[in-house]
Amino acid sequence: MATESSYYVPEQSRLPIFATIGMFLIAFGAANWINGGSAYIFFAGALAMATVLWFWFAAVIRENMAGLNSDQLKRSYVWGMGWFIFSEVMFFAAFFGALYYIRTFALPWLGGEGDRGSSNMLWQGFENNWPLMVTPDAAAHGDAAKIVGPKDIIDPWHLPLLNTVLLLASSFTVHVAHVYLKKNKRNAFNLWLTATVALGFAFLYFQAVEYYEAYQHLGLTLESGIYGTTFFMLTGFHGAHVTLGTIMLLIMLLRSVIAHHFKPNDHFGFEAASWYWHFVDVVWVALFIFVYVLGG
Amino acid sequence: EDKAPERWGVNMPRGVTEVAQTTYDLHMLIFWICVAIGVLVFSVMFYSMWRHRKSKGYKAAQFHESTAVELVWTIIPTIILILMAIPATKTLYDIYDTEEADLDIMITGYQWKWKYDYLGSDVSFFSNLSTPRAQIDNQLPKTSNYLLEVDEPVVVPVGKKVRFLITANDVIHAWWVPDLAVKKDAIPGFVNEAWTRIEEPGIYRGQCAELCGKDHGFMPIVVKAVPQTEYDQWLEKRATEAAKMRELTEKTFTFDELFARGKEVYNRNCAACHQVNGQGVPPTFPAIAGSSVATGPMKAHLGIVVHGSEKNPAMQAFGPQLSEADIAAVITYQRNAFGNDMGDTVQPIDILNFKNNQQ
Amino acid sequence: MAHGPKPGLSRWLYTTNHKDIGTMYLWFSFAMFLLGGCMALVIRAELFEPGLQIVQPEFFNQMTTMHGLIMVFGAVMPAFVGLANWMIPMMIGAPDMALPRMNNWSFWILPFAFTMLASTLFMDGGAPNFGWTFYAPLSTEYAPPSVTFFIFSIHIMGASSIMGAINIIATILNMRAPGMTLMKMPLFVWTWLITAYLLIAVMPVLAGVVTMMLMDIHFGTSFFSAAGGGDPVLFQHVFWFFGHPEVYIMILPAFGVVSAIIPTFARKPLFGYSSMVYATASIAFLSFIVWAHHMFTVGMPIAGELFFMYATMLIAVPTGVKVFNWVTTMFRGSMTFETPMLFAVAFVILFTIGGFSGLMLAIAPADFQYHDTYFVVAHFHYVLVPGAIFSITAAVYYWLPKWTGNMYNETMGKVHFWLSFIGLNVTFFPMHFVGLAGMPRRIPDYALQFADFNQIASMGAFLFGASQLLFLFNVIRTIQGGKKASDEVWENPEGLEWTVPSPAPYHTFSTPPAVR
Ligand code: HEA
Ligand code: HEA
Ligand code: CUA
Ligand SMILES: [Cu+2]
Repeated sequence: MATESSYYVPEQSRLPIFATIGMFLIAFGAANWINGGSAYIFFAGALAMATVLWFWFAAVIRENMAGLNSDQLKRSYVWGMGWFIFSEVMFFAAFFGALYYIRTFALPWLGGEGDRGSSNMLWQGFENNWPLMVTPDAAAHGDAAKIVGPKDIIDPWHLPLLNTVLLLASSFTVHVAHVYLKKNKRNAFNLWLTATVALGFAFLYFQAVEYYEAYQHLGLTLESGIYGTTFFMLTGFHGAHVTLGTIMLLIMLLRSVIAHHFKPNDHFGFEAASWYWHFVDVVWVALFIFVYVLGG
Repeated sequence: EDKAPERWGVNMPRGVTEVAQTTYDLHMLIFWICVAIGVLVFSVMFYSMWRHRKSKGYKAAQFHESTAVELVWTIIPTIILILMAIPATKTLYDIYDTEEADLDIMITGYQWKWKYDYLGSDVSFFSNLSTPRAQIDNQLPKTSNYLLEVDEPVVVPVGKKVRFLITANDVIHAWWVPDLAVKKDAIPGFVNEAWTRIEEPGIYRGQCAELCGKDHGFMPIVVKAVPQTEYDQWLEKRATEAAKMRELTEKTFTFDELFARGKEVYNRNCAACHQVNGQGVPPTFPAIAGSSVATGPMKAHLGIVVHGSEKNPAMQAFGPQLSEADIAAVITYQRNAFGNDMGDTVQPIDILNFKNNQQ
Repeated sequence: MAHGPKPGLSRWLYTTNHKDIGTMYLWFSFAMFLLGGCMALVIRAELFEPGLQIVQPEFFNQMTTMHGLIMVFGAVMPAFVGLANWMIPMMIGAPDMALPRMNNWSFWILPFAFTMLASTLFMDGGAPNFGWTFYAPLSTEYAPPSVTFFIFSIHIMGASSIMGAINIIATILNMRAPGMTLMKMPLFVWTWLITAYLLIAVMPVLAGVVTMMLMDIHFGTSFFSAAGGGDPVLFQHVFWFFGHPEVYIMILPAFGVVSAIIPTFARKPLFGYSSMVYATASIAFLSFIVWAHHMFTVGMPIAGELFFMYATMLIAVPTGVKVFNWVTTMFRGSMTFETPMLFAVAFVILFTIGGFSGLMLAIAPADFQYHDTYFVVAHFHYVLVPGAIFSITAAVYYWLPKWTGNMYNETMGKVHFWLSFIGLNVTFFPMHFVGLAGMPRRIPDYALQFADFNQIASMGAFLFGASQLLFLFNVIRTIQGGKKASDEVWENPEGLEWTVPSPAPYHTFSTPPAVR
């Protein structure tokens, strides 16, 4: 257990109150924007937040380089990142749970099966199928329906498979980078990290292509019933996390290349980003199985 | 036969169905078990608070562990719980009984009224709160069934298994009549099932039991249980009335007839939101007085009443809810009351044509 | 590091000190308690007699909704985080919280989030009016425009809770003084460790469900609409997966507080320390598999009803262990009844009564009669008001001398206790009766047979509310001065917090103490 004699407690800091203001502006601005107001507040908030984070991380890095961070303090960061990732897991769990509930309970009932099968009397003609190409609305109301299903869905064995390979490869490359960092091979580290970031961008590119395809040619949209809803919400939040992870890794790369940060035995910033990346990768594997393969 | 409401009531009614009575017994059983445990635990506690006070010079003992007692008070409650679970499970199976019913009634919750469809017949009607607004606003003394009375009760035969198919048109409601021990959520897009077999003729009152918006507190349920023969006569009468209502559609009304009928329809169906004086509660419930719809082109007015509003789901589609005669009357009323003074009328047949052209 | 606080406003805005932050949490929570309480008084005033008197139904629904939200997220949760901030570092011998800047951030989000939430009252269409459980589609298709602001305020409150919880876990797992093994930690620390875990597990699910709402409202998705293949009941499953653990988030730290107070005033060690720890963990575990007991009437298959009924009933076992342990701790103690002890004893009695009504609600077929009536309202106020609120009050009286260095006025404390105790029972006990007799909850007006008990309940509410002013007065007077408290404050209390001076210095345990 803890034997260190001093734990660095920063005296005072302006960072959190500015972070609060940034976060508030983002939240208030987003609501205002979505409700039809202007977008400026939101973007002002985003800018403020980015700035604060910049200074905040800079402060932490500075403190670490000044030798203020004891091993015990570093463990606090480790716990912090670990539990943060756990909270993210639970966020995704809510959406996976929704998908499970819809497929196992709601749709069979609407299609006339099971305990609440009489629900089908409200949607005559609706049949439970997955992927849901014909929504209850479309089945029951024909042309008058407001929510109609997609014309087609994404084939898992093309772009999604490619993306799976890309992400798995990137988890591997980031690991190799880590190994080199621990061996103090700076160039190899930079190289493998560059490859990881590149793979991240490639993934995002193909995801964008896939979305374009879905919207332009397949009629698969957020509005095309529960299939589109779950498809885009799950892959969309995952994509947002990949974006964040790629940015994090990119920053780590720049820190290494430009400022020569990280030592073989002290590089928690990079480690945290790589854990995050592995987490994003695991979520993708779950997505690939439950959304694409078992959903097609 | 209609019991006066009991003041100072402290317990659940015993109910008038077998299921209700079993539920009541179960409730009392669990209650008394809890009371017994409570008495036991609290007596020990009060005993030590009384006897083991410092002011009486009592010296504290220092024991702080005993695996044996802790096991005992883990196991005994578990056993008590199992004893509770047995009758609870039995009752639940009774309630989930799926045996064929003698009569099916479809119940649809609307903001803020219930619709009853007797499946296999033409009979279908809405059931609205009938307590006058003036009683709610404290301008008239409240009568004994204040807020628990409706214009059209749902009528069922005694001794028969009646199955309810429960759904909703807009938000979630819950159909609840304590005397029948039936409470089931009415969920838009899904159908829930519940059933009852009432043993005694009588009037049984209940309320919506799921927050469903502004007038959640004002959508009561009244069930009238009658002997089979009386039920048959009632059903027959309702079927004839339905036919008559269709005839009314052919008839041409005078302005005064439409206006008078429209006022009634308005106060029953529209005033909850748009208010009796037509002032509404903007922005969700816009005013009728001076509204661009009620003083604009007739067609748009017909459209919003028959089909509801696209933008504001609080404005329902009244086309399926009201007869052609009632829609014609209420539109005429809205266009001429509250200082709107448009001077135009619309006839039931126009409504029918409008509906048909829109199909 | 021996510095005291900075003077002026910047002390509070920029602080990284766990005691400052704890203080701010506690004051914020009290302000929210008054605000939420005033809304409760609007509700009780309207329900004083049948008929519509002072508010219209649409505003009544806004009051109910905001009252629930503010009490749960604004009063009870921040109060416990405040106590955690103040006490956990002192109890485990740490110099501060593990991540002090994030700690400040977690706090300051709250006033902003609640300002945004409260501002919806002044928006077009009014504040959220769909209950604190905000069931779809009333909260989606049929919601006022302010729902968007409500959603985002929930998002940032959630961020605050998650960061707060991460901080608490990191502190407990990483900052204990040498020798402070897990099984030596005070129970308050244990209960908070488990609570923090619950928070991190379920707050993201709440964020998920409000995000689904946002998408359904503004971006055309079909989560909660059968027309597109979704289901309104899906909302309830996701919400209660959060919501049920949430109610234990509001009671587990209370168990910790009571487990600290009762031994002190019984002058006898807590009975069954380790079983208390295991019981807390079991309650937390079970809390994840009982959520649908809030949904017995939605039309679940019978297997679901049975599963959730049995699992819920099981919670009585570990909770019973706790109650029995408290009673046994008192048994053959040497008891005195200072204000904290009075509140703690009342907690044990009244929480247990609330637990019994919870057990009755868990019986699915009986819940068909109880659900959405005032019987449920009575149940949860018994576990929340004499449960959560009493334990917080007890904690404040218990530790206030340590915080301020001054003794509070004992007579005034006792008067506060008795007025609260009477007021609360007069308010909430009759709700069992009207509930069983058939009064639905969330209604602004009711049938005549419910009039008598409602009138009594309303009078009780004003008594209970007014007596809280006495508390406020007592606390302010204690901060200003009064009889000096000794370092131990009470007779031989257990715990590291009593080894430091009263008032506790700005920085405690800059070097970790030795724990036997
Ligand atoms: C602090 C908050 C808190 C706590 C601790 C609890 C504790 C419990 N609650 Fe409660 N509950 C709420 C807050 C809380 N609840 C809220 C806010 C709602 C309403 C939400 C809404 O709809 O707005 C609610 C609603 C609610 C419902 C849904 C009712 C409905 O809407 O129809 C149910 C149903 O099962 C339930 C059950 C229980 C049970 C079994 C416990 C158990 O944990 C209680 C266990 C304790 C005991 C049993 C007493 C002590 C034990 C002994 C002395 C041992 C021996 C006893 C026996 C063997 C019986 N609660
Ligand atoms: C911890 C949570 C908590 C707390 C502490 C309380 C406290 C109180 N609640 Fe609570 N309540 C909830 C949580 C809580 N409630 C929840 C979750 C709901 C469900 C919401 C929903 O249905 O969506 C609810 C619903 C609810 C209802 C049902 C509303 C309905 O269904 O329409 C009622 C009705 O009486 C009520 C009353 C009260 C009262 C009188 C208090 C009192 O204890 C309050 C006392 C405090 C004060 C009064 C303020 C302090 C004093 C002053 C400011 C001084 C001035 C006062 C005077 C001079 C008198 N509450
Ligand atoms: Cu309908 Cu409440
Ligand atoms: Cu619960």
